[in-house]
Amino acid sequence: MAEQIIFYVLAIVIVVFSILSVSSKRILRSATYLLFVLLATAGLYLLMGYQFLFGVQISVYAGGIMVLYIFSILLTSHAGDKAKSVSWKRLLLAGIAAIAGLAVCGHIIFHNVYKVVEAVAAEPTMQEIGKAMMGTEKNQYLLPFEAISVLLLACIIGGIMIARKR
Amino acid sequence: MSNIPLAGYLIVSAIMFFAGVYGFLSRRNMLTILMSLELMLNAADINFVAFNKFLYPGQMDGAFFAMFAIGVSAAETAIAIAIIINIYRNIKNIYVDEVNKMKY
Amino acid sequence: MSYTLIIVALPFLMFLFLGLVGGKMKPVVAGLIGTTGLIISTVLSYIAAGSYFFSVGKIGETYQTIVPMNFEWLRFTDKLHIDLGIMLDPISVMMLVVITTVSLMVHIYSFGYMKGERGFQRYYALLSLFSFSMLGLVIAPNIFQMYIFWELVGVSSYSLIGFYYTKPSAVAASKKAFIVTRFADLFFLIGILVLSFYSGTFSFRDLTSPAGCAFAQSITDTFMGWSVVSWAMMLIFIGGAGKSAMLPFHIWLPDAMEGPTPVSALIHAATMVVAGVFLVARMFPVYIFGAPDVLTIITYIGATTALFAAVIACTQTDIKRVLAFSTISQIAYMITALGVSGYGAHEGLGYMASMFHLFTHAFFKALLFLGAGAVIHAVHSNEMDSMGGLRKYLPITHITFLIACLSISGIPPFSGFFSKDEILVAAFEKNQIVFWCLYFCAGLTAFYMFRLYYRIFWGDNNKVYQHTPHEAPASMTIPLIFLAALTCVVGFIPFSEFISTDKTVFHTHIEWSIASLSILVAVTGIAIATWMYRKKNTSSDKVTASIKGLYTAAYHKFYFDEIWIFVTKKIIFNGISQPVAWFDRHVVDGFMNLQSTITNYLSRKIKFTQSGEIQDYAWAFMMGAVVIISLLVFI
Repeated sequence: MAEQIIFYVLAIVIVVFSILSVSSKRILRSATYLLFVLLATAGLYLLMGYQFLFGVQISVYAGGIMVLYIFSILLTSHAGDKAKSVSWKRLLLAGIAAIAGLAVCGHIIFHNVYKVVEAVAAEPTMQEIGKAMMGTEKNQYLLPFEAISVLLLACIIGGIMIARKR
Repeated sequence: MSNIPLAGYLIVSAIMFFAGVYGFLSRRNMLTILMSLELMLNAADINFVAFNKFLYPGQMDGAFFAMFAIGVSAAETAIAIAIIINIYRNIKNIYVDEVNKMKY
Repeated sequence: MSYTLIIVALPFLMFLFLGLVGGKMKPVVAGLIGTTGLIISTVLSYIAAGSYFFSVGKIGETYQTIVPMNFEWLRFTDKLHIDLGIMLDPISVMMLVVITTVSLMVHIYSFGYMKGERGFQRYYALLSLFSFSMLGLVIAPNIFQMYIFWELVGVSSYSLIGFYYTKPSAVAASKKAFIVTRFADLFFLIGILVLSFYSGTFSFRDLTSPAGCAFAQSITDTFMGWSVVSWAMMLIFIGGAGKSAMLPFHIWLPDAMEGPTPVSALIHAATMVVAGVFLVARMFPVYIFGAPDVLTIITYIGATTALFAAVIACTQTDIKRVLAFSTISQIAYMITALGVSGYGAHEGLGYMASMFHLFTHAFFKALLFLGAGAVIHAVHSNEMDSMGGLRKYLPITHITFLIACLSISGIPPFSGFFSKDEILVAAFEKNQIVFWCLYFCAGLTAFYMFRLYYRIFWGDNNKVYQHTPHEAPASMTIPLIFLAALTCVVGFIPFSEFISTDKTVFHTHIEWSIASLSILVAVTGIAIATWMYRKKNTSSDKVTASIKGLYTAAYHKFYFDEIWIFVTKKIIFNGISQPVAWFDRHVVDGFMNLQSTITNYLSRKIKFTQSGEIQDYAWAFMMGAVVIISLLVFI
């Protein structure tokens, strides 16, 4: 029961703040709402029993990426800036696209996956995760792990190259 | 252990995703577009994890996919922000409809 | 014998050299370089001729065909491949001598004649190119190489006729020459393709060998009632007729006189125009065994052309045009001689006579042209009316011109007599009608040549010139004297010991019965000309008036140009080209325009979708995804 309450709280937080985040006029507020959404997502991970993912979500998203966002917002906008007003036509079109997509997805979910309830709960331990990440056997992920590391390196270099003053 | 159905997570992630879609389509500021993108990515991550938990409880593929997706999105965000700052330096704003020098 | 390659390659190198850097050097230097190259070629070809005829080529009483070099160039099938190489046999060696000699004389002569002209270096470069292509033509071991050089000859002739490219008439003449010969060459090419398709080879050695001839006889395929070999040989002959200015392709040759006179001497008297004769001679075994019916046609075309050109020559007043028609007439003699020839030792008399006449004619006709050039050089006009009494001013030209006139008229002991006599004998033995036709032509030839001679050097003795005419410089008179000397002696060469159809030596002697007849008619012609033109009198006008219709027709060259113009302009242009052009412009283009209009209209209608904004595209993508997924889900 407690879990259900937690889930509903998190779900409401996610729904409300993601909508607020995309509709807020002030960009810094948008970023803050986004932060709440990300944190709530982390909560969902924890609720599902993935502690490591929870940690990653908090540290990478809420810690790293959001800081980047805040910095770049501060760099590129001035106090009191409001978002550029957008024509109602565009808003309508975007709304139509979003609602149509949501309707299709909701239809699929309600008609196909509603019956599925949780099977056995097997929460992976840290040790298992560590082994899976560092092994080369079946169901082990050293290669993508290395690929991600190379990607991150490349993006560090790329970020420096692109953003440096000429 | 718990009686939260899979569909609950999926509905939440779907709403989040389409909120991201709406933001992506309606905003003009590049940074907010990027944030909408983050929302969509997050929704996808939730789906990965939820499917992993409910359909393949013994395995960790979904969780790892989510993890790598987080890594990729971090990289992508860093680069995108670098580009946005560069654009800001050049044209003094970051509105997507004013970046049209390359169009012609 | 592989040094014969140098004979051919040297003029080409000279052409490249003069063409590339000639403009940078002094005109005289360029001329000297070109002439030096040709002297080497000439000497080498004399050596080649000497060693071929007297040692290398002759085995017993037969001449061998030597192929000193040959390499495969384009391979189609095992048997059918295009080669490049050199083939030496009696007629090609003879042609080497003729071409290099005449070309050398023209090179030397041009020093005087072309002095001070703009583009002197270009002139020599083109002369070298022409010599190269003509030499390459005669030594070609296969018909395709011959065709390549044949076209090269056409191109270099085109550029030499149009040498004075600032003069519209010269440009028109060069275009006319090129288009007419090119038109005939189209048939030549088709003929080559037909022939090689059936025989499976391009090589002259295979085609003219007994086996090749037997093969030609064995082909039974027919097309419109004529065997395919006949068709092929007829088409090939049309190509030759184009170059050799046979009826009805003769129209380009008189106009080609717009080029510099030495060029006329080289190209339109001695070498290029005999290419057609050479072609028929080269393919002669195939003609005689594979397509004797074509040979008959050739005979009649030749005889008609000879008569026709001789009649026109009597009426022309431009001295170079008289010579041009005389050339057509004499070439037709050679063609006719080939037509009446058989195969074998004495049977092949016509073949030998044709080659003999080609040989002698090259020299005396080049002499005539060069002499005419000297006259033009002196009086600055081509028209007979502005000449007369020039024998006092131009003694050397006068004497050499007279020798050439006597030679072409067939007066012994000059060379023309011997070769023409052989032709008449050959014709007499084969076909009486043709014989009398040629016989009459011989009289006409004597008449119009002496008409020309008297109008230039005698006639109006008291003619007053603006500038006193003077004898040409030594560079011009030396070739004249040399050629005159040749004209006097080459007739005594026992030609049948060198050239025959089956390449076997045989002996001829002068048939005095026919020879005396021909001398008689020549003398008659000369006498009439003397009576009419020696002194300025009215007898010629009276004669003209009595045959007014014929005279006018002949003066207008029997309206052949007009007929061609009518055929091309009125019938082909109006009847075919204009409807085709209309169809192209309105139907084909209209369809395309319609398409473009529709595309334009539609794209204007839909171009708003391409706003260039990423969000619009993303929206379209999103909606597309929604639609496709709903289709998958709901259907």
